[in-house]
Amino acid sequence: MKYLMLVCVDPEYTPGADNGSPETDDWAATMDAKGIRLIGDRTRPGSAATTVRVRNREVLVTDGPYTETKDLIAGFDVLECEDLDQAIEVAAKHPMAWAGVIELRPVWPWGED
Amino acid sequence: MNDRIAEIYADGWSRIVATMIRFTGGDWSLAEESTQDAFAQALRTWPEVGVPDQPLAWLTTTARRRAIDVIRRAGVEQSRLREVAMEPAPPPYSGDSEIPDDRLELIFACCHPALNQESQVALTLRSVAGLSTAEIARAFLVPEKTMGQRLFRAKQRIKQAGIPLRMPAAHLLPDRVSAVLHVLYLLFNEGYSGDPRLCREAVRIARVLAELMPDEPEVLGLLALMLLQDARRDSRTDSSGALVPLDEQDRSRWDRQQIEAGAALCERALRRGRAGPFQLQAAIAACHASAAGLDDTDWPEIVGLYTHLRQVAPGPIVDLNRAVAVSMASGPEAALPLVAEISGLDGYHLFHATRADLLRRAGRGPEAADSYRKALELAPTEAERHFLTGRLHDLTDAD
Repeated sequence: MKYLMLVCVDPEYTPGADNGSPETDDWAATMDAKGIRLIGDRTRPGSAATTVRVRNREVLVTDGPYTETKDLIAGFDVLECEDLDQAIEVAAKHPMAWAGVIELRPVWPWGED
Repeated sequence: MNDRIAEIYADGWSRIVATMIRFTGGDWSLAEESTQDAFAQALRTWPEVGVPDQPLAWLTTTARRRAIDVIRRAGVEQSRLREVAMEPAPPPYSGDSEIPDDRLELIFACCHPALNQESQVALTLRSVAGLSTAEIARAFLVPEKTMGQRLFRAKQRIKQAGIPLRMPAAHLLPDRVSAVLHVLYLLFNEGYSGDPRLCREAVRIARVLAELMPDEPEVLGLLALMLLQDARRDSRTDSSGALVPLDEQDRSRWDRQQIEAGAALCERALRRGRAGPFQLQAAIAACHASAAGLDDTDWPEIVGLYTHLRQVAPGPIVDLNRAVAVSMASGPEAALPLVAEISGLDGYHLFHATRADLLRRAGRGPEAADSYRKALELAPTEAERHFLTGRLHDLTDAD
């Protein structure tokens, strides 16, 4: 199963004593080597985002992020996993699971109901 | 004949459902429907032709045929299901021993942390225990349609989120086992004050779990705890439904055999040397259940068990219960300072009721009456309000 892993900042989080979190580079290298991580990267902050809508056949471009995702999404990865248990395990090893939040969205292939 | 089929249903339902979930590539709804159909066909044909020698094999083969029919008729688009439909029909199972036993995997999937608690409970009753949607709805006092939707959404979520039918990794097992035990205890408690069928099912699943995971002492501990509590079920309320406190319960109505079985299980679990919260609660229940009366109860032992329990599972309720045990072992004066240290239970009626009781026994009537009144304001059930009002009257009459 493919999962889109949204790597998000947690605005409520204040760094505490629970250090020992893994390094992003190590995480990416390990998951690449296992063939689990298909693609992934950081994304620039909301200030660099552009929102696009087409309304009445007119392209409306707005400076800035879609409000709901403002400053939350910091990166993404696409994972190929056996099942949710494996995806949870992979996500839990990502440093942003320690300092932020990770959302796992199953990919919904065309043709499946 | 119907009894025999009911017996096969009780033992076989979850095994066949699990096998069918695999066969359909994770389609829980189809797995359950086809299993249900297979049992319906058994009910129609077995009374005439007799129960087959290998009933599980017969039922699973029948369920598989049903599933293939459904998939072909619907012309489903989903790739895995299409594969199933295109493959030549698999050969029939010839023996019951060929049916894999994935009950444990099924239990873990139903209690997966990615499902909310309502879903976990409903799914466990449906997929593991084999209760019908209508039965589950009745037990939880919700309309059948609501329960149907809840189950449908849970099964949908399992499929779409990718919750697997497999054993959790070893390092996750302790957490996942405790999630399962939590669901079973929730079921049991729901049934303890409501539909007794839920208690029976919780005990039945715990037995399966104990059989499949004999090395998990907490599983035995939970089973023991439920048996010990259930053995006292009938004496907990009087004919009008009012709560009867422990010291006034008719101990001759307790189920001695079940108490002995529970106490033996609890001892067996504790011998492993890994005492967890359920084992300790069971040990406490065993102390109560094996005593002839309050005076005969080994209170110092119970205090010791609570002291151990607050180390492995700290919380204000444990502290409150420990204080009561201390009061029985060493008098109410020893317990009142312990109660004064407890915080976080101000909105809990039993906190005030307990405090009231200690004050009453310590001869501090007016303070006791105040606490009874507070408890009365917070008590959630008529039976409890009735009981507290009685205590309050005894106290004010005596003045």
